Amino acid sequence: MKLKIGVFSFTCCEGCVVSFLEALNKKYFDWKEKLEIENIRVLKTQNEIKKLDIAFVEGAISTESELKKLKEIRKKSKKIIAFGSGAINGYPSNLRNNFSKDLKKEIEPLIKKFNQIKKVSPIKKFVKVDDEIEGCPVDENSIIKKLEFYLKQNA
Amino acid sequence: MHKDLDINIKNLSKIEGHTHLDVKVRNKKVVECKLKVSENKRFFRQAILGKNFREVPFIMSRICGTCSSAHLLCSIEAIEKALGLKVTEQTNLLRNLLINAGHLRDHAMHLYFFCLPDLFKKDSVLDFSNEGEEHELIHDGLYVKETGNFLSTVIGGRAVHPFNAVIGGFLNFPSSEEIREAIERLKKSRKKILRLIDLFHNQKEKFERETNFVALVNNDYNFLKGFIKTSKGSLIKEEEYGEHFHRVVLPYSTATAFVWESKEYMVGALARINLNKENLNKNTKKDAESYIKVFPSNNIFYNNLAQSIEMLNEVDNSIDILEKINLKKEKPIEVEIKEGLGIGVIEAPRGTLYYHLELNKYGIVNNIDLCIPTQQNIIHIEKSISEYIEKILDKDKKEISLSVEKLIRAYDPCMSCATHFLKINWV
Repeated sequence: MKLKIGVFSFTCCEGCVVSFLEALNKKYFDWKEKLEIENIRVLKTQNEIKKLDIAFVEGAISTESELKKLKEIRKKSKKIIAFGSGAINGYPSNLRNNFSKDLKKEIEPLIKKFNQIKKVSPIKKFVKVDDEIEGCPVDENSIIKKLEFYLKQNA
Repeated sequence: MHKDLDINIKNLSKIEGHTHLDVKVRNKKVVECKLKVSENKRFFRQAILGKNFREVPFIMSRICGTCSSAHLLCSIEAIEKALGLKVTEQTNLLRNLLINAGHLRDHAMHLYFFCLPDLFKKDSVLDFSNEGEEHELIHDGLYVKETGNFLSTVIGGRAVHPFNAVIGGFLNFPSSEEIREAIERLKKSRKKILRLIDLFHNQKEKFERETNFVALVNNDYNFLKGFIKTSKGSLIKEEEYGEHFHRVVLPYSTATAFVWESKEYMVGALARINLNKENLNKNTKKDAESYIKVFPSNNIFYNNLAQSIEMLNEVDNSIDILEKINLKKEKPIEVEIKEGLGIGVIEAPRGTLYYHLELNKYGIVNNIDLCIPTQQNIIHIEKSISEYIEKILDKDKKEISLSVEKLIRAYDPCMSCATHFLKINWV
């Protein structure tokens, strides 16, 4: 059985999904035999979140709709891997959590208008995270190493 | 032929960042067209105020994972200008290599991975056949992208958010072995890129619209220095760029837009080639002559053809630099902190990027303003969608939606960039 994975982006620069695409430079044909990439918006039309063995999640959580989606991913995935600093600790989107009083007041109307949550948080605040890959962005070789590890388990 | 029609595309795929599109057609006319960028705001402007200038490039490159080198180099330019810092010729050459590498990776990702499926009538490269042309093109794409990645890595330390390029110069330098390998890989990617150029030249989509194109031009088609030129014939200094555009708030979008002298305009590869094709590299001109001659063009879909020709130019310009560079291990130039205003203007992969930065006498950021390529194209994109849909109302709804997606993708928009902040006081 192929390992079913998905890649999801929340509030971030999408540098980690770009690193994932860079990892494909070296592993595309090898992984094509072993992996089913079910969800990845930068490569295919996104209709629904599929049942996954592993969900790679980049970015921090900053809106209610992201939170809802994160919980759905958790429900449908056997494992969640937080990759990159946004998902792991919220940086740099969480800089606004520590803004001065004046700056907080300045951004308040926008936070309200776009239904953003008061504080930007890493994903582990809301769901169980099974594994992490650190970096800002993560290095493509760390992605390869981690995915190879899970592919071996799946073999 | 549709008389009334509603098109709603949620989470447009194969672009950078999150966006939706709502279009309403009544009596064969588009009465509403909203590109609703839904990328969440990250408030970079506010985050950078009060920070020491040394933190600026590191934080600002996090605006975008795709074109991080562009944000890095543009913020560095603004800071160096604010401080009156002049860098060495070697630093200029290395920066040119870094931005070329970034454009090469970025254009390759866009053309091979986001746009090719449209040409082969598939949803995704992941569905491409394991043999024949489709298989070979994926091979090509991975090789070319990896070539850009390799060049970025030996010059900048890594491909995304490179750390070697700093204020005043570079921290590390490639070995002569790495330079040799980079040249070899670049030369090998030329034939693959020429095949890609031919594909995007032969694609049948056409949508022409009278457009004011705006780009930074110079005599060697570099992305870092020059004058701003427009199709209407203006030639403007980098420092005066900000006097010609102004911000427009789109209430339904987390991104703001810009207009040029109160009117819509377009930046990016098509603008650059239209305005500066005579300064492409001589080797690019020699091998891609028959394709270059279609420009200047108002066909928006040719933005992709322009990007593919630029890829060849990035390769040829980089080979020229690498073959003549004689690297010395220079330390970054020491900074003397003082009060100042710096304007940085460069060509990012998707068009002209503008940084306005003010430092106080302690080197603290007092003010910062940015103008991002995708923000400059948004109104142009919306108007193009409206006109294009009215022309293709005889197709079925699914086909219309797909055609519109292709048109949006042709602009190569980046929503992560477009949403870095909203100007306050808009309510």
